[in-house]
Amino acid sequence: MATIVRNNVGSTVREPPIDIQGLNHSFGSSEIRIQVLFDINLTMRRGELTVLLGASGSGKTTLLTLIGCLRRVEEGSVRLLGNELNGASENMLVQSRRSLGFIFQAHNLHESLTAMQNVRMGLEVHGRDATRNWEKSAEHLLTLVGLSDRLHYLPGSLSGGQKQRVAVARALVGNPDIVFADEPTAALDKVSGLQVVNMLKQLGKKRGTTTLMVTHDNRILDLADRIITLDEGRIIGDERPTY
Amino acid sequence: MTAFLTNLLGRLPIGWLQLVHNKARLAAAIAGVAFANILIFMQLGFQGALIESIRLPYIAMNADIIISGSDVNTMADGSPLPRQRMFEALSVPGVATATPFYLAKLDWKQSDGSERSLDIFGIDPSAKTFKLDEVNSSLDRITLLDRAMIDRETRNVSKVIFEDLNAGKPYIFETRGRTLTIIGTFAIGGGFSTDGYFIVSDQTFLKLFPQRSSGAPNHILVTLENGQNLDTMVKRLQARIPTYDALVQTVDQAVTRDQRFQTTQKPVGLIFGFGVAIGILVGIIIVYQVLSTDVADHLREYATFKAIGYPSRFFLGIVFEEAFVLALFGFIPGVFISIGLYAVVSNVTGLPITMPLSRPLLVLIGTFVMCGLSGAIATRRLANANPADLF
Ligand SMILES: Nc1ncnc2c1ncn2[C@@H]1O[C@H](COP(=O)(O)OP(=O)(O)OP(=O)(O)O)[C@@H](O)[C@H]1O
Ligand SMILES: [Mg+2]
Repeated sequence: MATIVRNNVGSTVREPPIDIQGLNHSFGSSEIRIQVLFDINLTMRRGELTVLLGASGSGKTTLLTLIGCLRRVEEGSVRLLGNELNGASENMLVQSRRSLGFIFQAHNLHESLTAMQNVRMGLEVHGRDATRNWEKSAEHLLTLVGLSDRLHYLPGSLSGGQKQRVAVARALVGNPDIVFADEPTAALDKVSGLQVVNMLKQLGKKRGTTTLMVTHDNRILDLADRIITLDEGRIIGDERPTY
Repeated sequence: MTAFLTNLLGRLPIGWLQLVHNKARLAAAIAGVAFANILIFMQLGFQGALIESIRLPYIAMNADIIISGSDVNTMADGSPLPRQRMFEALSVPGVATATPFYLAKLDWKQSDGSERSLDIFGIDPSAKTFKLDEVNSSLDRITLLDRAMIDRETRNVSKVIFEDLNAGKPYIFETRGRTLTIIGTFAIGGGFSTDGYFIVSDQTFLKLFPQRSSGAPNHILVTLENGQNLDTMVKRLQARIPTYDALVQTVDQAVTRDQRFQTTQKPVGLIFGFGVAIGILVGIIIVYQVLSTDVADHLREYATFKAIGYPSRFFLGIVFEEAFVLALFGFIPGVFISIGLYAVVSNVTGLPITMPLSRPLLVLIGTFVMCGLSGAIATRRLANANPADLF
């Protein structure tokens, strides 16, 4: 696999990209404290597309934000690319996020930036690198997601599916080790939803990217390497569909 | 501009792109900064005019040192002092001349019934009291009783009078029960406390103001012999002249004292200082308003960038970038409109309102500081951008 593994936070290639042991998580303080995740144990393999299923409120997003360094791990262990997140410094979390790609339910593109510039933001975060041409890389990714003719459009003049594809390009352009996607197709019609996920899967396979995706969309389940089901904060299902 | 800023910053100029994207907001912000700048420029212009107009009559005087009443603050407000001090001054080695200087306010009724308030100087016509050639060459003519010369820069006076005077036609008017004949002009320029100046002989002055006495002038103007050191001479005079009723100062010191008093103790001066503060405040509020709304509008985008891994200082950078763009783009129209307004106001009021080169530079720096400050306050809203809320 032709993967680029950045070692800026000391990740080791051997370890699984995500390794969770005994993870609990609660919201609120003392009296009104509500636990939403219970004893999560989960190890993910490189290059796989894992889908996270579960009823509303079962804790999918919470789990995603914990692994994605967007929320602090308070109890249990989450090892991300070889780094323990429990007790990690803020700086370390910010650093770690640069090895990740995020795709949100809403595209969250910057309205004042063109498609190219939005994608470029996914690159600039790594700092200047003489060996890399920001413009070229951004253009290449946008071409891969089929938007070579929309490079200089502002999000306001792109369709919902096109915007989400720009978001995919932005998430992937930095060659992340792991991509997190939370219902990326929720705002899209069937055709463009499938198109976006297909794209994500193809690019992931090619680059060896590990993908963790929350979705309710049944057709997407067919594309998953692994399906994990959450219920009231506990993992109640873990299967690898065989076709 | 985008390409230029990209090169300058080494990143996409997000702040700039955000501002340009919302044209209406950008225009409002620029207008706001320009407005604040104009306000500040006008106040500084008036303050500068005040300071300059205070200096003008002093620098017209043929004097190195000025001796005034010990309670003096401005040219017009000190008590008269005994003429005896003049003779004492003349007895100090190194003093070349010492002449009495009388000063009062004279109301001058115009043909339309309105009144102008001018300062009138009474001088010894046998001495060279002013450095004004036109006055010095006419001294023998104002020696005659009830003859006067007038400042042709006097405000709100029919231009015809000066044209006539230029053509050699004297102007006659009545004041304080006497008939004065204006026989010529000179140029000093009025200020905030006076519309302009008259010069008459000491005899005419005392006839106009019978309650005044020739033994009590307002100031004594002293010139020094060539090569005398100014500071040494001030010290010598101070040693010779009693301090309970007289104050010895160089003309420069007198100017500084007068300017300081009028800008800090008198309402006009205070108002201008206050006006500058208001201008700065207006600017800060407008820029803060614009920047904080802009931050609030982009919280989702900023949260996204945070999720991608941009550190907090990146967002500070965006806000300051916006602040500086606004500062620069508001300043440019601000300074040009102000230059235009200076010309208009100076034309209408006759005040010496000019734009010294240092002022735009100062205001530009001030504008950057002002906008930076607003930006700094606006960045507090950035804390609300929490990437965990994006999902
Ligand atoms: N910031 C928060 N503060 C307090 N409680 C929270 C917070 N975020 C989530 N919760 C609670 O945690 C539980 C799990 O929420 P979570 O968003 O992870 O569910 P989800 O599986 O993603 O649901 P959905 O499918 O509706 O997105 C819910 O009961 C929710 O109310
Ligand atoms: Mg959710």
